Amino acid sequence: MGTMISKIVRTMSDIIAPLVFVYGAYVIIHGHMTPGGGFQGGAVFASGAGLLIVAFGAYSLQQKLKDKQVTLLESAGSLLFIGLGFAGLAVTFFFNFLVGTSFFGHIPPTGANAGDFWTAGVLPLMNIAVGLKVIAGIAVVMLTIALATTEVKK
Amino acid sequence: MGIILTLFIAAALLIHPFGEPPSAMDDYIFENSQQEIGTNETVTAVVFDYRGYDTLGEATILSAAVGGVIILFRKERGK
Amino acid sequence: MTASALYNIPFIAVAIIESIALFIIISQRSLIKVVMGLGLLASGANLFIVALGYRSGGVAPIYTNLPQQAVVLPVPQALTLTSIVIAVATLALMLSMIIHIYRNTGSTDAEKSRLMKG
Repeated sequence: MGTMISKIVRTMSDIIAPLVFVYGAYVIIHGHMTPGGGFQGGAVFASGAGLLIVAFGAYSLQQKLKDKQVTLLESAGSLLFIGLGFAGLAVTFFFNFLVGTSFFGHIPPTGANAGDFWTAGVLPLMNIAVGLKVIAGIAVVMLTIALATTEVKK
Repeated sequence: MGIILTLFIAAALLIHPFGEPPSAMDDYIFENSQQEIGTNETVTAVVFDYRGYDTLGEATILSAAVGGVIILFRKERGK
Repeated sequence: MTASALYNIPFIAVAIIESIALFIIISQRSLIKVVMGLGLLASGANLFIVALGYRSGGVAPIYTNLPQQAVVLPVPQALTLTSIVIAVATLALMLSMIIHIYRNTGSTDAEKSRLMKG
């Protein structure tokens, strides 16, 4: 394969990459209490994937993670988003039908308060769907362009 | 080139002053979004509930861009 | 703190950024510099949308542990999210096309890589 990146970079990126993934998942899931949400957390997660591509090379990453499985993840996120839009079709398209029920349906007291996790209806599920879509989309774009521009030494 | 710069700066001076925007719709959203949607955060409520169609269109643009990049870099299987 | 016309400096800064971006797009020859100018144009538009919705002495419009102050308008921030994602998609497609142009014609100069003459 020629010359790879030195051993210090590979060891440190093995230690730092799980921390970046956990932070990205935290920003996605707490999207209805603190600033953040689907798009922001997806960008943080994809930058952790970019760190792995730069440190280990695109060829050795493609042997563990095929392109077709990651695009399957993106299609699952998109179908979940549209399905949540159609599920409240009794009143209108994109109706928030989980407010008032027991699953994600508490109503917070008016004014400033400390946040409650089980609030805000359909919004956490939509955050997770959009987060999956952004993660898979940006990771596939980075992997495809990195594979097409590395030179193979014969 | 100078004409465009002059027109831009004239527009920037005639717009409303920098601290007081007109805000009838945003006052309604900020006061009623805890009862109607039940969330602590108004920005996520505007993105996914009051303007959900724009987020649907943006998800479509992301899918189209990723599909375009995959198509451009596909090698021909020789026939 | 009176509302004089010279006090809205962010709008004048947006005007200067957009003029510089237009100048770069028109007058550069290398294709990668044109892409950089387009990125600067998108960033200037995002800054303009966020600066339109600022209220004096305001904080973020989130009820979790909110201090007793005025709040900024929430709608322009939602529009800026969509605009940033569209700029990312545009830049990804443009850079892929530049890679193909380089492979087929051998240079990234906008004058030397013309295939249709006459």
